[in-house]
Amino acid sequence: MRKRTTSAWRSAAALCALLLTAAGCGSDGGGDGKAAQAPDKLGRTEGEVNIIAWAGYAEDGSNDPKADWVHPFEKKTGCKVNTKTAGTSDEMVSLMKTGQYDTVSASGDATLRLIASGDAAPVNTKLVPNYRDIFPALKQQPFNSKDGRMYGIPHGRGANLLMYRTDKVKPAPDSWRAVFDAAAAHNGHVTAYDSPIYLADAALYLMRVKPSLGIKNPYALDQKQLDAAVILLKKQHKAIGEYWSDYQKEITAFKGGDSVIGTTWQVIANLTQAEKAPVKAVLPKEGATGWSDTWMVSAKAEHPNCAYQWLDWIVSPKVNAQVAEYFGEAPANRKACAETSDPNHCAVFHADDEKYFQRVHFWTTPIKQCLDGRKNTTCTDYAQWTRAWTEVKG
Amino acid sequence: MSSRGGTGAGGARLRLAALLGPPLLWLTLAYLGSLAVLLLSAFWTTDSFTSDVVRTWNTDNVHELLTTPVYRTIALRTLTIAAAVTVLDALLALPMAFCMARVAGPRWRRPLLVAVLTPLWASYLVKAYAWRVMLSEDGVVNSALAPLGLHGPGYGTTAVVLVLAYLWLPYMILPVYAALERLPERTLEASADLGAGTWRTLRSVVLPAVRPALLAGSVFTFSLSLGDYITVQIVGGKTQLLGNAIASQVTLDLPMAAALSAVPVVFIVCYLAAVRRAGALDSL
Amino acid sequence: MRLSRTARIVLGCVTAAGLAVVYAPLLLVLLNSFNADRSFGWPPGGFTGQWWRAALHNHGARDALLTSLKAGLAATGIALCLGTMAAYAVHRHRFFGRRTVSFLLVLPIALPGIVSGIALNAAFRTVLGPLGIGFGLFTVVVGHATFCVVVVFNNVAARLRRIAPSLAEASADLGARPWQTFRHVTFPAMRSALFAGALLAFALSFDEIVVTTFTAGPGTRTLPLWIYENLARPHQAPVVNVVAALLVALSVVPVAIAQRLSSDTAGGRL
Repeated sequence: MRKRTTSAWRSAAALCALLLTAAGCGSDGGGDGKAAQAPDKLGRTEGEVNIIAWAGYAEDGSNDPKADWVHPFEKKTGCKVNTKTAGTSDEMVSLMKTGQYDTVSASGDATLRLIASGDAAPVNTKLVPNYRDIFPALKQQPFNSKDGRMYGIPHGRGANLLMYRTDKVKPAPDSWRAVFDAAAAHNGHVTAYDSPIYLADAALYLMRVKPSLGIKNPYALDQKQLDAAVILLKKQHKAIGEYWSDYQKEITAFKGGDSVIGTTWQVIANLTQAEKAPVKAVLPKEGATGWSDTWMVSAKAEHPNCAYQWLDWIVSPKVNAQVAEYFGEAPANRKACAETSDPNHCAVFHADDEKYFQRVHFWTTPIKQCLDGRKNTTCTDYAQWTRAWTEVKG
Repeated sequence: MSSRGGTGAGGARLRLAALLGPPLLWLTLAYLGSLAVLLLSAFWTTDSFTSDVVRTWNTDNVHELLTTPVYRTIALRTLTIAAAVTVLDALLALPMAFCMARVAGPRWRRPLLVAVLTPLWASYLVKAYAWRVMLSEDGVVNSALAPLGLHGPGYGTTAVVLVLAYLWLPYMILPVYAALERLPERTLEASADLGAGTWRTLRSVVLPAVRPALLAGSVFTFSLSLGDYITVQIVGGKTQLLGNAIASQVTLDLPMAAALSAVPVVFIVCYLAAVRRAGALDSL
Repeated sequence: MRLSRTARIVLGCVTAAGLAVVYAPLLLVLLNSFNADRSFGWPPGGFTGQWWRAALHNHGARDALLTSLKAGLAATGIALCLGTMAAYAVHRHRFFGRRTVSFLLVLPIALPGIVSGIALNAAFRTVLGPLGIGFGLFTVVVGHATFCVVVVFNNVAARLRRIAPSLAEASADLGARPWQTFRHVTFPAMRSALFAGALLAFALSFDEIVVTTFTAGPGTRTLPLWIYENLARPHQAPVVNVVAALLVALSVVPVAIAQRLSSDTAGGRL
C-alpha cells in the first residue's frame, strides 16, 4: 500500500505538469491577431460601465459636491458608473489588458500601445453625435488613429505645469531650471512625476540648454541623448523628496511643506489652493510636456453600449466644459467654450490655439523608429525608458 | 502510534491520502503550480511595444538582473532594511514580552496581550498613512523634536525602517511571549540556585530558550519587509525597494518582474530551511 | 528569578513606552477623524463631527465591509477544513515527506505577498480565463484561503501535540471507529484551538491588501481595497479614518475572547 501514497504523489506531479503545459501553451489574450471591430449601431444599454480614468475626469460629487457629472449620466442612461482611478499611463495599459474594463481615458503614451496590442477597438464616430463638434486639430491624429480609423474620442488636452510654494520659493520661478540645475536650493523638497515618461521632461530641458545634443523631439532620443537625460535626472534625484503619481499625496506633501516645487497638473494646484496652502502653478518659458487624452473603448468591453453613451456624454458641450474647468485643461468640444462658467476659460487654456500647443509636447510612446524623422539612427523605445527610469530612481 | 480500527495498514494509508489529499492538492495546484509558472516565465520576454508576453525561451532577463548594478543596489538595500527591521523589532520585543510574561502580575497578562494584539486589526494602510502624517514636515514628530533642536527623519529610508518595525512588532512579540510564558519557573530557579546572577541567567538560560521564537518572528519580519512596496511608497520618499521594482515591472514586463521575484523567493526559502533546523517553524 | 526593583521598573517603563508608541498613530487616526482639516494639518485647526456623519451614510464603506466579511468567512471556512485535515494527517500518520508538508504550508505566508499575488494572478488568468471564470470574490477567497491554511494548521497541530495520546487509544480500545474517536474525543479537545486559528485566519484575510489587489476584479472591493482607493481621494480620506477608528474599537472584543480561549495553545502569530 505504499503504492497508494506514491501513486498519490505521481498524480499530483502529473497535474502539476498538466498545469505547466496548459500555461505554456495557452494563448495570452490581447494580440491574438483577431482585429476588434467597431459596432455598426448601438443596442440597449447594459446597466453598468467600468471606466479607467485620470483623477478628476469622472467626478461623482464625492470630492466636491459641485463637481458631479456621473450621477446625471447614470440618471439619463441608466448605466451605473464604476470608476477606477489610475495614476500613470502604465497603470492604465495594464488595467486595460485585464479585459475587465470598458473604456479608458488614455493619454498619447498609452493609446498607440493599446491599439497595437489589440486591447482597444476602433470607434465608430457616427455613433457619437458630439464628435462632429470636436476641434478638427484633435481628429485623426497619429496618436488616436490608425489607417484613417479613429480609435477613440478626444477628451481634452493640457500641459504639465511647475507648481511651487509661494512662501518658500522666492523669487517666483519661470523656468524648469528650478527643478534641474538649481534644484539643490531646495534639497529634499523637490518632487517629480513617477513615470518613465518624465524622461521627456528632462529631454525637453536639454533641448533648450544643451542644443549640441541635437534633441528635436523629447520622445525621439537615441542612446546618447537618453544617457544625457538620465544623467540630468540622477543629479536631480539628490534633491528629490519624493516622486508622485497619486495626486492626493502631492496635495498633502505641498500642504505640509514636504515638497515645495515640482511638476503638477492644474487640478492638483487648484485642490491644493483649496486646502489653504499657498501654491501657484506656472508654465515655464521652455514649454512643457503635456497630454492629449482620448477616450478609448476596450476590444473586450462587456458593456459597449453604455461605453458609447459615456463617450458621447463626456464630450457633450456642458459636460466637457465642466471637466475642463474642474481639471484645468482645454476642452475638446468647440461648443464647450460657451458653456464654461468662466467665459475666459478657453482663452486661458488656449483651447483653439494650435500654435501654443506646438510648444507643448504631448505624451507619446517612444519607439525605435525615431519620431523626429531621423533615419540614420535608432531611437530608444519605452522598454529602455523603463529600465532607465529604474536606474534613475536607484 | 499506529492507527487502529478500520482495515489495518491499508485503511490507514487510505485515510492518510483522504486527509492529506485535498490540502496538498490545493497547495500544489493553486499555489506552488502558479509560483513555478511565474518563475518559469522569467525566461520569456515581452514585446516592447504592446507589452504582450512572448513565449520564446531566453535568459535575457536573468542576465540583466545579474549584471545591472541598480538591481544589486536595490536588492542590497532591501536586505539591509529587512535586517534592520528585524533587529529593531527583536530589541523592542524582548523586554516587552519579558515584562508581559514574567514581570507583570497574572491579572495584567491578558489585558496586556489584548493591548498588543488589537492594533493588528487597525488597517495596515491606515497605520502607514498615520505615520506619513506624523513624519510630515509640519507634523507631530517635527513639532515634538523642535524644542530639542532636532529634526525628524522626514520621508526616506529611516522612516521606512521605523514604520516597518512598528507594523511588524506584534508579530515578533507574540512568539517571544509564548516562549517566555512556557519557560518553567523551575529552570530559572535552578539557574539562580547554581549561582548565576540575573544577567547570566538571561544570557545563558532565557535567550537560548527564546531563540526559536525570535527566529520564527524574524521569518515574518524578513518576508514582510522583503516584499513590501506600499509602505515604501507612503513614507519612503524616493526610496526604491525590491517590492517597488517588482510592482513597477509587473504591469508591463511580467517576465522581468518574475526574474526580480526570484530574489526574495530564493532568499526566504533558504532562510526558512536554515531556521527549520533551529525549530523555528514549530514556534510559529 | 529574582529581578531587582529597578530592573522591574525599567522593564515596566519600557513596556509602557512601547505600548504608547504602538497606540500613538492610532490615537492620531482617531483625532484626525474629527479634524476639520481635510488634509490632516497639524495641529488640528478645528473639530467636526461631519466625517462621522458622512461615514454612517457611506454606501461604499458598507459594501466593502460586507465583501470583506464574506471573503473572510469563506476563506476561514476553507482554511479550517484543509488545515485540520493536514494537521491531523501529519500528527497521526508517519509518512515520507512529513516534515516537508509543514514547510510547504508555510510558504504562502512566508513568501512576499507581491510574489504570491502576481503568481496567482497569472495562474487565474491562464487557467480560469478560458473556463469563463473571471476575477471576483471566488479568486479573492482562493488567494486568502491559501495563506490562511497554515494558520489553522499550526494551531491545530500544536494542540494535537498536547492532547494525551492515551485518550485516543482508550477510545479505540473501547471499540470506537476512527471517525467516532475524532468526533467525540479529539474534536472537543481541539475546539478552542480551532476557534483561535479561525479568528487569526479571519484577521489575516480581513486586513490583507497585497494579494487581494492582484486577485480581485473591478467589481470586488474588500475593505482594505476600499481604504486604499479612498485614502487617495481628498474628500474621502477623513471618512477612512473614521472607519479605521471604528474597526479598532470593535475588534477589542473578539481579540479578548480569542485570547481567553487560546490561553493554553501555542501562542505566536499562528
